[in-house]
Amino acid sequence: MPFSDEVRARLDADADQIISRYPRSRSALLSLLHLVQAEEGYVSKDGAAYCADRLGLSETEVAGVVSYYSMYRRRPGGDYNVGVCTNTLCAIMGGDQILASLSEHLGVGPDETTPDGMVTLQHVECNAACDYAPVVMVNWEFYDNMTPDSARGLVDELRAGEKPVPSRGPARLCTWREAARVLAGFPDGQAGDGPAAGPATLAGLMLARENGWTAPEPAAKGDPAGSGQ
Amino acid sequence: MTATLTPVLTAHWDDPDAFRLDAYRRAGGYQALAKALATPPDDIIAMVKESGLRGRGGAGFPTGVKWGFIPQGDGKPHYLVVNADESEPGTCKDIPLMLATPHLLVEGAVIAAYAIRAEHAFIYVRGEVLHVVRRVQQAVAEAYQAGYLGRDILGSGYDLELTVHAGAGAYECGEETALLTSLEGYRGLPRLKPPFPAVAGLYACPTVVNNVESIASVPSIVANGGRWFAGLGTEKSKGYGIFSLSGHVTKPGQYEAPLGITLRELLDLAGGVRAGHRLKFWTPGGSSTPIFTDEHLDVPMDFESTAAAGSMLGTRALQIFDETTCVVRAVLRWNQFYEHESCGKCTPCREGTFWMTLLLDGLERGEGNEEDLEKLLDICDNMNGRVFCPLGDGAISPVVSSIKYFRDEFLEHHKRGGCPFDPAAATLFGDAQ
Ligand SMILES: Cc1cc2nc3c(=O)[nH]c(=O)nc-3n(C[C@H](O)[C@H](O)[C@H](O)COP(=O)(O)O)c2cc1C
Ligand code: SF4
Ligand code: FES
Repeated sequence: MPFSDEVRARLDADADQIISRYPRSRSALLSLLHLVQAEEGYVSKDGAAYCADRLGLSETEVAGVVSYYSMYRRRPGGDYNVGVCTNTLCAIMGGDQILASLSEHLGVGPDETTPDGMVTLQHVECNAACDYAPVVMVNWEFYDNMTPDSARGLVDELRAGEKPVPSRGPARLCTWREAARVLAGFPDGQAGDGPAAGPATLAGLMLARENGWTAPEPAAKGDPAGSGQ
Repeated sequence: MTATLTPVLTAHWDDPDAFRLDAYRRAGGYQALAKALATPPDDIIAMVKESGLRGRGGAGFPTGVKWGFIPQGDGKPHYLVVNADESEPGTCKDIPLMLATPHLLVEGAVIAAYAIRAEHAFIYVRGEVLHVVRRVQQAVAEAYQAGYLGRDILGSGYDLELTVHAGAGAYECGEETALLTSLEGYRGLPRLKPPFPAVAGLYACPTVVNNVESIASVPSIVANGGRWFAGLGTEKSKGYGIFSLSGHVTKPGQYEAPLGITLRELLDLAGGVRAGHRLKFWTPGGSSTPIFTDEHLDVPMDFESTAAAGSMLGTRALQIFDETTCVVRAVLRWNQFYEHESCGKCTPCREGTFWMTLLLDGLERGEGNEEDLEKLLDICDNMNGRVFCPLGDGAISPVVSSIKYFRDEFLEHHKRGGCPFDPAAATLFGDAQ
């Protein structure tokens, strides 16, 4: 069913803003898809048709883009996307055991959703947090140094309607749809929450501080081009 | 000599407010921008050339030279695209950099855009890191408000728009031409080079694509001079860089040091391989760089020495694996990643990664033999030089290098009819028992 007039008007205002960020409108497609995902929780046929309409593309063209990218859901899923990193490093550090344990605990396999509609379980690829392995991402927030136990606790809290605080993230965990809206370029006011850096991020800097190591001072100040002449 | 660390990019990460504009300014932030805007753009390019900075995204192309390729006075719009797609397995430096000091990236981007006379810059950040997206969005908004972006920046007459663009999940979109195709709103397929992005990049206009860490290095070069930067590191691999240690190491994390430091030195700083274990193999620069073993502890981590030893510096993503790790399992998993991420545009990569998964899977289960190893090497041989983009080259790296160093371990699986390793022993939590 196509969007109601009211929804369409709201989407139009956001879509206008997204399109205005780019020199050419087609560049807005990925963000528009995040936007319709924020509206419906997945990219429905209507959502894709809306994007096509706004950018003057065919629905087939848009469908081709949607299927290329792993972050667009093509069917409804849970409020919380629980992604266990099972790329080599995390897998070996325990990611495989975490995924197996969650799958058993939740009674769903990867890419399936719990019957209460709360959790979609996924395996994800390296999420650039290897120094915190094994890593679990909930709606793309970091949960660092997980174990099968802590991961089961995490999904239990999610299913109980609680919002476990990410290791390096906001105070209030977003739902899947709220997260998609941030990705579409509409900040949720939570950027100031959470630490600047986690402990592993600071491992080298702390060591440098303890030992008084710094980068060398520039030799000749007032040498604008740094040419030395 | 014991190695020491040289925090520059990482120097303010322990300030809990590091990501805020006022904290960044207190630490001297945006002074380099003011200096740059008072300097002719070509002099900035010369300064970056003099620094010897080479791309931190893996390929190591000299940054100043790349900027110099942008034609001037051509009447076309120019673009800067910051590659913040960080997805190479093992690589985890750009994400913490943007989380802690997004303004360092924004300041670098404005300077770089000014140098190449770009009117619009983009930060293409992978979508799967929501809090990083928030921090970059906020930094850009703050920079607009403070007059570091937008019209007539700091009264210089220079105008720049900066758009934060969140990707949607595809490793291949980190490849620079695929990144541009994706930013244009298409499936992220790579393009033939030449033409290089400097000539025909975004919207077929002259475009510079640079890694986050490359761009974040620019403010310190402008502030301290190209010679200062060039005074660090080795003769051909100059400056400092972030080394990311992960896996079976006592203190995993980010260590910023001059290029040329060795793994032995880095392990020393990071408390060594986890207690009671010893190094088995490691990646010097992500999964696409051929693995090294304990024979390579003293290879200087610079572009030339890693290449001479049969691998690559890549992204300085040092994934450390100890003797509890099955190399066949590790390589199978990497290969499944490449198979999954292969964009399918060219046959050798699409088919090759598929068949390699089948063979590696059989080998891991103890059903593969020596002949399968030869088949694997044959497939790699067929892919080598025949793939359309470097993803395919990256896919063969773990396979060829692991067979080179651990052939017997592959065969041992066959002899035993299965994997001789206990996966629990390799985990973060399993070793305690
Ligand atoms: C499959 C693939 C993925 C890549 N991913 C990234 C990435 O996430 N970030 C990055 O900066 N470079 C990545 N690169 C390298 C880019 O193609 C390009 O060399 C780099 O962005 C140039 O910036 P630099 O000169 O500053 O290093 C990737 C390359 C390939 C082949
Ligand atoms: S090498 Fe792989 S990723 Fe690159 S173009 Fe070919 S199929 Fe696509
Ligand atoms: S391998 Fe899991 S975050 Fe890198």
